Amino acid sequence: MADTMQFELVSPERKLASGQAVSVLIPGADGDLTAMPDHAPVVTTLRPGILVVEMDGGKQEFAVTGGFAQVTAEGATVLADEAMPKAEVSSDVIQERISAAQEARDNAQGAERDDAEKRMADLAALLDAMV
Amino acid sequence: MPNLKDLKTRIDSVKSTRKITQAMQMVAAAKLRRAEEAAGAARPYAEQFNAVMAGLAGSVGEGGPKLLAGTGSDQVHLLVVMTSERGLCGGFNTNIVKLAKARAKKLLAEGKTLKILTVGKKGREQLRREYADYLVGHVDLSDVKNVGYINAQDIAADILSRFDGGEFDVATIYFSQFESVISQVPTELQIIPAKFEDAEGDAASTVFDYEPGEEEILRELLPRGVATQIFAALLENGASEQGARMSAMDNATRNAGEMIDKLTIQFNRTRQAVITNELIEIISGAEAL
Repeated sequence: MADTMQFELVSPERKLASGQAVSVLIPGADGDLTAMPDHAPVVTTLRPGILVVEMDGGKQEFAVTGGFAQVTAEGATVLADEAMPKAEVSSDVIQERISAAQEARDNAQGAERDDAEKRMADLAALLDAMV
Repeated sequence: MPNLKDLKTRIDSVKSTRKITQAMQMVAAAKLRRAEEAAGAARPYAEQFNAVMAGLAGSVGEGGPKLLAGTGSDQVHLLVVMTSERGLCGGFNTNIVKLAKARAKKLLAEGKTLKILTVGKKGREQLRREYADYLVGHVDLSDVKNVGYINAQDIAADILSRFDGGEFDVATIYFSQFESVISQVPTELQIIPAKFEDAEGDAASTVFDYEPGEEEILRELLPRGVATQIFAALLENGASEQGARMSAMDNATRNAGEMIDKLTIQFNRTRQAVITNELIEIISGAEAL
């Protein structure tokens, strides 16, 4: 069994991380999952949360606000809507997202309202995790 | 014969024009480098995205969501024409508009309904002359300094709400693909219904688990795909615009230089003619005495 796998974290605007990783903790929409080498192929959407990568050089943490991830036996690719190294994120940024989600919730109805509600809760959880 | 003062004024004015075009060329060169970097940085995302989507689309097959399978008709076409906000960039805008016009003409000849959404002021100005009745909307990016994903999302949201409202069946975007400073290729790309190039090898043949379900993922990803493609197009356009401007300004600078040389020769000749004339007058005056 291979010890490491190819890991890529990209956002639409740039590539944030790439390299050999031992494990990747992905905040999936239906719950966290940890991808390790030889993981079964899976595609999942992301909820706002913290993504933890264990690489040769130690652990790296990124805050993501959504997107999706593709995991195969050979690697994990995370395509985030927005991603930043955790250290660079200020709580103001998250707060802004929460207000945006709140606004979206107030304007939405039915299932969309539920989605926005969930997004708000996830963002709030992300904010807690930051502190 | 033009007098010396007029010539001097003209030479000065062409010289200041040359200074401006030269400055614009250098600014474009600097902006081009940044635009190219931005386009390069966005490429991995688009590539990965396409690979995943190709896999998904392949496994869903027929009867998927409307964004993928289409509405079952191709009567109403929406052309999204993406051009720049500023001129002085050679044939950049004209080339994109020309391609869109050719398509528009063909569609109208086939009896289809045509709708045009413009992004960027320059394309709108050109299309308004002939296709004013078909313009359904306009996205203004003149206040945006650096195009971000958020701008693409806004445009995508606009297009998607029109699609959900049943305003059109097929959407095609028009932009310029950046190849090099001297070559930008006007390109058309159909974004709705989505088309994905088949990924080779592994990605297509691997069977993935989908979490949550396949359909939920597709429903979430397809709108994102529209935004991603628009974002890529915006960035390509940005680089193309600067490239086109750079070569246009380079030409303008060179032309101004040639003109200055020509005018300077004319100026010197005229000055010499005036001197010779004066001499002749003096000499003939002296001889007459």
